[in-house]
Amino acid sequence: MNISNSTELICFIILSTIVVCGGIGVVLLENIVYSAFLLGGVFMSVAGLYLLLNASFVAAAQVLVYVGAVNVLILFAIMLVNKKEEMNEVKGLKLRKFLSGFVCIGLLILIIRVNITTAWPLPGPKSIGEESTIRIGEHLFTDYLLPFELASVLLLMAMIGAIVLARRDVYFENENISPSNNIIKQSKTPLIADKSSN
Amino acid sequence: MIASISINVPLQAYLIVAALLFCTGVWGLINSRNAVRVLMSIELMLNAVNINLMAFSSYLDGELIRGQVFTVFVITVAAAEAAVGLAILLSLYRNRVTVDMESFNLLKW
Repeated sequence: MNISNSTELICFIILSTIVVCGGIGVVLLENIVYSAFLLGGVFMSVAGLYLLLNASFVAAAQVLVYVGAVNVLILFAIMLVNKKEEMNEVKGLKLRKFLSGFVCIGLLILIIRVNITTAWPLPGPKSIGEESTIRIGEHLFTDYLLPFELASVLLLMAMIGAIVLARRDVYFENENISPSNNIIKQSKTPLIADKSSN
Repeated sequence: MIASISINVPLQAYLIVAALLFCTGVWGLINSRNAVRVLMSIELMLNAVNINLMAFSSYLDGELIRGQVFTVFVITVAAAEAAVGLAILLSLYRNRVTVDMESFNLLKW
C-alpha cells in the first residue's frame, strides 16, 4: 500500500463519516437552522467524494449549485418561516416513527445485500481521469444535446413558476379567500390592488 | 498517478455510503413535521443517488463517463425542485401560518 492509496482511504473514511453522520443530524436535530448548516457540510463532503472519484467538474458544480444556491435558498426559507411554533400532538406518531424506522432499516439491508451479492464487472474500462470535463462537454453537445436543452427549458419554467408562486397574491378587499385573511391584510404592500382603483 | 488511484476503496464502499444516506433521507421524509426539513430530506436522497451514479461512472464506465452527465442533469433538476418546493412552502405558509406537515390537509375530503 503506497502513500496515495492510504491517503485516499483516509479521505474516504473521513468524508463518508461526515456524510452519514451529517445526514442523520439533518434529520434528527431539533433546531432546523443547525440542520440547514449541517446540510451544507454534507453537500461539501459529497463534493469531496466526487473529487476522490476523479470528477472535478461535477464536484465544482455540486459546490456551486448545492452549497451556493440550494442551501442558501433553504436558509432563506427557514428565516422567512422561522417561528417558534408548538406542534400539537398527533396520535400514533411514535408508532409511525418505529414502523418507518423498521421499513428504512429493511430497505437498507436489502440494498446492501444486493450491493454485496451482485457480481459487478470489475475492473471496468480504465478511467480517463482528469479528462472527464472534456468528455462531459462532448456528451452534452452530441448525444445528450436534447436533455441539455430540455434542462434549460426546465430551469426557465422553474424560475417563472417559483416567482409566480412566491409572489404576494393580489387580493381584493371584499373577498374572503382564506381563514387567515387578516394576516394577509396586515402584510399589505403596494402590490395589493384596491378594487376602487380598478 | 491520478487515473489509477481508485483501486484501494472498493465500489461497494461508495454504494453502502449512498444507501445509508438514502435511507436516512427516506426516514426523514416520512417523519419530519417541519416542511423545510422534508425538502432537506429530499435533497439528501438526491445526493445519495448522485453518489451512486458517480461511483458507477468511475468504476464501471471509465471511458464514457455517462454517470457524470446524468449527475449534472440530476443536480439541475434538484435545483429546480428546491426552488419550486420552497416557493410552494412560502405560499402555503402565507395561507396557513404554519409549517407543520400535519396541518397541510387542504386536499383531504
